[in-house]
Amino acid sequence: MSAAAEAPAQPGGQSRVTKINEATIRIAGNSQDGIQAIGGFLARLAGRSEQEVMTFMTIPSTISGGPSIFQVRVGSGEVLSAGDEADMLLCFYQHSYEDHIKSLKLGGIVLYDADHVTPRPEWQENYRHVGVNISSLTVEAIGGTGRDKGKNIYSLGLLAKIYDLDVAKLKKLFSERFGGKDASVLNNANACFDAGYNHSLENLLKSYQFYAGADKGGHQVVMNGNEALAYGLIAAGVRFGAGYPITPWSDIMELLRKELPKYGGSFIQCEDEIASVSMAIGASWGGRVAVTGSSGPGISLKSEAIGWASMAEMPLIVVDVQRGGPSTGMPTNVEQSDLNIATFGGHGDSPRVVIAPSGVEDCFYTAIEAVNIARKYSTPVIILSDQGIATRIEAFPEPKLEQVCQDISPDFTPVADHKPYDLNAPDGVTRHIAPGTRVASGKYPVVTGLEHDEMGHPTGSPKVHLSMIAKRRNKLRRLAWELPTPKTYGPDEGHILLVGWGSSEGPIREAVDRARAVGDAISAINLKHINPLPNGLEKIFKGFHHVFVVELNDEGLYGYGQLASVLRARFTDPKIQGINKVDGLTWKVKEILDRARALASTK
Amino acid sequence: MSSNAFPFATLPRTGNLNLTPVTPLLDSDRKPLTKKETSADHPTWCPGCGDFSVLALYFKLIERRKLWHEKITTVAGIGCSSRFPYFVQGHGAHFIHGRALPYASGVSISRPDLHVFVFGGDGDAFSIGGNHFTHTARKNIKLTYVVMDNQVYGLTKNQTSPTSPLGYKSKTDAWGSTDRPINPVKQAIAAGATFVARTSAMSPNHVLAMMEAAMDHDGFSFIQCLSECVEFFPGAFDGAIPRKGGVFNEIAKEHDVTDEYAAYKLADVAWPGQFGIFYKANRPTKNANEAKIIADHRAKVQGMADWQILQKNFDRMK
Repeated sequence: MSAAAEAPAQPGGQSRVTKINEATIRIAGNSQDGIQAIGGFLARLAGRSEQEVMTFMTIPSTISGGPSIFQVRVGSGEVLSAGDEADMLLCFYQHSYEDHIKSLKLGGIVLYDADHVTPRPEWQENYRHVGVNISSLTVEAIGGTGRDKGKNIYSLGLLAKIYDLDVAKLKKLFSERFGGKDASVLNNANACFDAGYNHSLENLLKSYQFYAGADKGGHQVVMNGNEALAYGLIAAGVRFGAGYPITPWSDIMELLRKELPKYGGSFIQCEDEIASVSMAIGASWGGRVAVTGSSGPGISLKSEAIGWASMAEMPLIVVDVQRGGPSTGMPTNVEQSDLNIATFGGHGDSPRVVIAPSGVEDCFYTAIEAVNIARKYSTPVIILSDQGIATRIEAFPEPKLEQVCQDISPDFTPVADHKPYDLNAPDGVTRHIAPGTRVASGKYPVVTGLEHDEMGHPTGSPKVHLSMIAKRRNKLRRLAWELPTPKTYGPDEGHILLVGWGSSEGPIREAVDRARAVGDAISAINLKHINPLPNGLEKIFKGFHHVFVVELNDEGLYGYGQLASVLRARFTDPKIQGINKVDGLTWKVKEILDRARALASTK
Repeated sequence: MSSNAFPFATLPRTGNLNLTPVTPLLDSDRKPLTKKETSADHPTWCPGCGDFSVLALYFKLIERRKLWHEKITTVAGIGCSSRFPYFVQGHGAHFIHGRALPYASGVSISRPDLHVFVFGGDGDAFSIGGNHFTHTARKNIKLTYVVMDNQVYGLTKNQTSPTSPLGYKSKTDAWGSTDRPINPVKQAIAAGATFVARTSAMSPNHVLAMMEAAMDHDGFSFIQCLSECVEFFPGAFDGAIPRKGGVFNEIAKEHDVTDEYAAYKLADVAWPGQFGIFYKANRPTKNANEAKIIADHRAKVQGMADWQILQKNFDRMK
């Protein structure tokens, strides 16, 4: 409630109502408490209320149980991050209370389950404590079965009262969510909600009301990054995929497995990561760009086959939902430490394209762009998402699907003659013909991982090797010319330029807004195209005294993170420095600003 | 926050962009392809290598079964025998070591109009690709896999292979191999392969018969084909060559190919073992299962364009 404005008390009203622009609510409990459902309903409601929303969650990597949080930030204006500090902490257990009270801003509200939480006297002064017997009241509300399943919905009722949420819209969401199930499920949900909503919060004197969001001119859709990416692939025309389960990539394969058959496609669960990338490459050769994906160690396993796709110049989409590494690492935490393996993770010189979406909406459109780059340049394209984007929920304007959806069915029109690796092709790009395509000359090409001539037949000729290496490299240079130079967020000149990629874009922009508000000359750019980099970056860098690359990976042996190292190698500019962290969490705005100011003062 | 603009929204469909199309001939006007028309590069194999015979018989199969160039789909991994696709005029892929089967599976499932032939060696199939052999068999993916088994690593010049017999002296087992060799036929049956045959490159008519039967099988068809490495393991299969004093024992007609246990027992017959079809079962293929899932789903979205199907999902996320 940072931008809170005290509104005059409603005439005759008992409680004071404060108008707010935004609120950050952290819900802490255990992983089976359904706290994600509370967050999900809040996010969806925000989407339907023309508000912006962003969520953040942590889940334990253990099979069942363990502490879990869900943070949702709802705003009437632009929401760029999931919020540094919460305005409200809803906690179900003592450990949830004690572990998360520090995430609450001073004066924030602790709404706790009085059945399980004993408030600590030393915190009473700094935080407003509101205790409700959430568990027992839930049991009472649904007829005393002795189970407190439903306390999440009860709590949502409490929140709806405190934040004056649109009850009709929430109930409609319930009926959509639970309508297909046994009627008692929906009835129980409504009963829990009503009980929470009508619970008298006498000791909480204030309630809040969001300013109306600006009209977005159309509907918003609400989903997480993994969903947006999977639907983007479908819109792009991808109809075949293969994968192996691994967190946090699995959601994408599960969704594609369920959805693709509706479009006449298939997603195959394979015996391992290598089989999945191989199967996807085989299907790509079959005539239509296919997808595989993974996280962490799975990407290492796919590396050899991706190198083959680079060598044979086969279109392929590889989704990498990055998590904490190395090795098994921190499976349910976020990191951006796969930039190197995505870009350089092959033996030999094996150029490939790497693109990093920066938010949920961007996941949808990036998938389409990736597919089209793969087709146009006949190359593997790696989509570098991360756990932060994958699991966070955002609302964004509904895509115009009729215009966006593409048909990329293979074309089997017979050809007179065909040289896939034509060194004299005017655009320098390889074109494959899919099996089933007739070549009138009777000379058919082969695709291979051996160095090859223009027909794909193996050759040991150094001259051909030189030409083919150059061909594979130059087509990506050609792609770089087509890529838009990123726009500077903030003025083109100033003291510090923050360079980010992937999920860092939102918090970086918010950092710029906050810094500018207090007169600091800080701007930012986001690099979506990691390999090749777009042209024109040096011109942007020229406008600033410092260029700080903000990324969620280690500073490495020489003091620079993975993107920073690439930029330093590319531009040999000593003002490029790194701001890195690997605590498994997304950037807080304050962290970025503190680190940037400190680094600028020492250089 | 993000730009909705993406550069290539109006790209033409994949495939042969900007290529000169020609009028297709009717299949009825076409003559079966001769060896001259189906052979491509001259094989890189050593003179006398058993693989020549397998290649010649593949050409014969193409001719006899009237396979047209554009339908010939030949996939291989890495190894001497895996150079196969270069020698065949048709669509070919030379993939990475051990992964020919998943690659071919991707082709088979996404392109039901093609019959994919996969050729490879014993190292490719049972060592580095062992996992894929098991799973392609159990999934019953429709394709034919011919393993040219020479019981040695030839391309890397004489190391022990997973089928090398005990005591085999190689560069990596100078004192003789001590690792129990794999029995490919038993391996295939145990993994759930629905067509399992064994043949020898030195019995050409038998090879061709097995290939034809494999091609006609609706499912994963596996052929172990003994194929001598004259350079590193000469004489390995003399015991199965009658003119060298061996015996080529064809499986008795009475053998019930649907009897898994009988097949398994038959695969344990002492060297040089039996030749022919050990096991053949009808089980739904992965291809058919996927096709059914697709048909069921398509029935529910009948008459809808792809974007409308997607729109339904998006409507639920508002």
